[in-house]
Amino acid sequence: MVRRNFVKTLPALAVSAAFALTSFGVRAAETIKVGVLHSLSGTMAISETALKETVLMAIDEINAKGGVLGRKLEPVVVDPASNWPLFAEKARQLLSKDKVAVTFGCWTSVSRKSVLPVYKELNGLLFYPVQYEGEELERNVFYTGAAPNQQAIPAVEYLMSKDGGEARRFVLLGTDYVYPRTTNKILRAFLKSKGVAEADIMEEYTPFGHSDYQTIIAKIKKFAGEGKKTAVVSTINGDSNVPFYKELGNAGLKATDVPVVAFSVGEEELRGVDTKPLVGHLASWNYFMSLKNPENEKFTKLYKSWAVKQKLPNAAKVVTNDPMEATYVGIYMWKQAVEKAKSTDVDKVIAAMGGQTFKAPSGFTIKMDEKNHHLHKPVFIGEIKADGQFNVVWKTPGPVKAAPWSPYIPGNDTKKGEPEGK
Amino acid sequence: MRKFGLLLGGWLFYVSSLCAAIDPALLAPLAVDDSEKRIAAIAALAQAAPEAALPVLTALADESLAVAGERIVRLDGERVFDAASNREIAPPPAEREPISINNRVRRELAAALAALRLFSSEREVRWQAVQEVAASADAKMLPLLDKALAGETDPAIRNRLRLAHAQASLGSDDPAIRLGAVVALGESSDPKVRQLLLPLTEKRTETWVEADSAVRAAARTSLRAIEQRLAWADNLTRAFTGLSLGSILLLAALGLAITYGVMGVINMAHGELLMVGAYAAWATQSVFRAHLPDLLDWYLLAAIPTGFLAAALVGVLMERVVIRHLYGRPLETLLATWGISLFLMQVARTLFGAQNVEVANPVWMAGGIEVVPNLLLPWNRIMIIAFSIAVLTAVWAMLNLSRLGMFVRAVTQNRAMAGCVGVPTGRVDTLAFGLGAGIAGLGGVALSQIANVGPDMGQGYIVDSFMVVVLGGVGQLAGAVWAALGLGVFTKFLEGWTGAVVAKIIVLVLIIIFIQKRPQGLFALKGRFVDA
Repeated sequence: MVRRNFVKTLPALAVSAAFALTSFGVRAAETIKVGVLHSLSGTMAISETALKETVLMAIDEINAKGGVLGRKLEPVVVDPASNWPLFAEKARQLLSKDKVAVTFGCWTSVSRKSVLPVYKELNGLLFYPVQYEGEELERNVFYTGAAPNQQAIPAVEYLMSKDGGEARRFVLLGTDYVYPRTTNKILRAFLKSKGVAEADIMEEYTPFGHSDYQTIIAKIKKFAGEGKKTAVVSTINGDSNVPFYKELGNAGLKATDVPVVAFSVGEEELRGVDTKPLVGHLASWNYFMSLKNPENEKFTKLYKSWAVKQKLPNAAKVVTNDPMEATYVGIYMWKQAVEKAKSTDVDKVIAAMGGQTFKAPSGFTIKMDEKNHHLHKPVFIGEIKADGQFNVVWKTPGPVKAAPWSPYIPGNDTKKGEPEGK
Repeated sequence: MRKFGLLLGGWLFYVSSLCAAIDPALLAPLAVDDSEKRIAAIAALAQAAPEAALPVLTALADESLAVAGERIVRLDGERVFDAASNREIAPPPAEREPISINNRVRRELAAALAALRLFSSEREVRWQAVQEVAASADAKMLPLLDKALAGETDPAIRNRLRLAHAQASLGSDDPAIRLGAVVALGESSDPKVRQLLLPLTEKRTETWVEADSAVRAAARTSLRAIEQRLAWADNLTRAFTGLSLGSILLLAALGLAITYGVMGVINMAHGELLMVGAYAAWATQSVFRAHLPDLLDWYLLAAIPTGFLAAALVGVLMERVVIRHLYGRPLETLLATWGISLFLMQVARTLFGAQNVEVANPVWMAGGIEVVPNLLLPWNRIMIIAFSIAVLTAVWAMLNLSRLGMFVRAVTQNRAMAGCVGVPTGRVDTLAFGLGAGIAGLGGVALSQIANVGPDMGQGYIVDSFMVVVLGGVGQLAGAVWAALGLGVFTKFLEGWTGAVVAKIIVLVLIIIFIQKRPQGLFALKGRFVDA
């Protein structure tokens, strides 16, 4: 009796086991792996953690709507810990071990430069969501942040305009690595072309994680007291911004006297700072959380509910910023390109990316350039408000095409506006 | 205090102008998104109805002016006032679009507000206003300054007003007035005044900017006086920043001076003890924020004992569990404490997250005292200097006046002998290590006020701390004090010359050279105590 029963049930068991196995197998093959390569610890964690959350949120949103090509996305999150060589190691792990179809990652240019050889060698695909210095055009990378002509140059032009305070003397202040150095080289050439004398430009650098800004603030004060109207252009990156702005507020350097325009400070970086003494200081970006349009409303609401759901620290007060928007736009454009190419194959996706458009939270329909792997983006200049948000005081009428090879660097006029290679 | 004064002044004006009304046509351009029109409207308002305009312009500066339908309203917390009639609107209109302004408008607005406030009945408000006016005084403001001077009785304010008056009359056609102005400005110590006087001594295309030679000579004399004062303030600033950095280095290193300097334990987890103190400050702040929001400004006072106890507890545990088994084996101690350092960092990461946590400065630590226009001493720096002096005094008293201190010194000087006469060396070690760790915790509380608080923060200070202790001479508190101050002032003067990046390199190279020439540090203990 027992045996008969057992014999009877055996085939059923086998079938169900086989079914479970195959369904598991099919499921595993069905997901598309997406790499997330952002520092979750160290000096850059202040900026990059939110980008990881954005990628996860977008993946969640896409999966809820059925995924890409009918397949779910599966995030693979690694932490390169603000350690540049570790970025390359983690990138290699993502590409050769996890076999991700695409990676969203990096903030600092030095981390991007560190992973580039890996992506070229293994023919991977990287979406880089942060404004940067240009001077690069790689086939394996799509740059969804701003090139210098989409951020730095308009900001300085604004400072020189009547509304911006007609600054004629500039302090170029940055963290000591490739992005600030190159940007300041471009800005120096640009300022010279506008008739600003060499003596009216001061350049200063600090190491990563620098926390004592007393001397630099005193120097800026002295420099500003020596001549024409002065403005500060800050390319300080990472958590050094907190002591910098704290010191700026305590030293009583007001925006009406010496405005500071920052290229790496957004809503997220200002969360740890008392912004009341900073009212009027500026930032130049392609997106602000305070922009009013339906897409942005949707985007901010989405992120807020995501933060609450994930129980992020301070979830009630989370903010969105430009690189988060760029990350979000990037992941959707990649999705569209995959759907157009009907494959996640890197070469096919790269070919399908050019000309993709997306209605972005910045309020404009932005386009991936057909050739140069950069987005056409609008530029906004905002003043810090007492609540840590930005009040847009200037904007371009529409999206601007990126010029990764800045005309202000000698020798760039002969460079091609599209990546070399296949 | 300053804010309170402004508020009070604004309120007084508000009360006196309750019945006054403004023509809505004058207000309308404020809502137009055009800086030119706004600036013109601000000037027109201030001219037409000075008293009634003050609350409106103050609200514009605070970004609490809004457009509600056709009219412009002033927001005051939950209440809404019509800007023109200054009457409360009940119920408040639902649709309100705040008017935001840019720096250019803000600058003009500040000048207009300062001009209105010059006639306030509050001394504090007038004093504030005269500083603002001095920043932008020009010929247009002469009648206003004349009027203010006529009515002003406070000598300090009169003095500033006279300077502003002189500044405004620099452009006069009468050489005698110009001469008087230039001479009067010699009393200033404002870099802006220097900027104004400088052109008077220069030639532009073969002709002097200033035609009168007597005025030129006076300008030169005045400039010299101003520049002297500026240079003096500059050096003072540098010395102060050096002192401030020194006090921070001292707070970071003082705990190590006891554990390494006095007890000879190479504690690689010292930076993490600082971190424990800083996180204790953050935790105290969180507790206050959640349960005692009224006392939030004073959380720091409670954070001081909390930080000390938390770090001391970790220190005692470390000593009891690990370090006591490794006395006399420096290499193993080094490795073990390094392991503890990694362990503590990971614990912090797991408990509080890898991101930095926000520790806010209490209100009483924000801002600073302005000694002269280009010398401003921030309160948080002053507090930290005072705190480091207090901690230093306490440690010194502990080591030299208390029984525990005597035991610690005895064990340091001759462990075997101290044991023989009945000093419980084991317990003394634990307590001394706990003391050192607790002091590191205090350093962490102080650091939380100026630096970022995160799991990795200790790494940034461990090198500096060892630098201070080794440079000062192992086994010495006085050495650590001098080394910290010396390093602080030296680094700051060097930064002024070379920039932060090169200064850091130079300091490290110089320390290597120094240690090679003088391995015992600045101060070496003399005597027969060595028992290593």
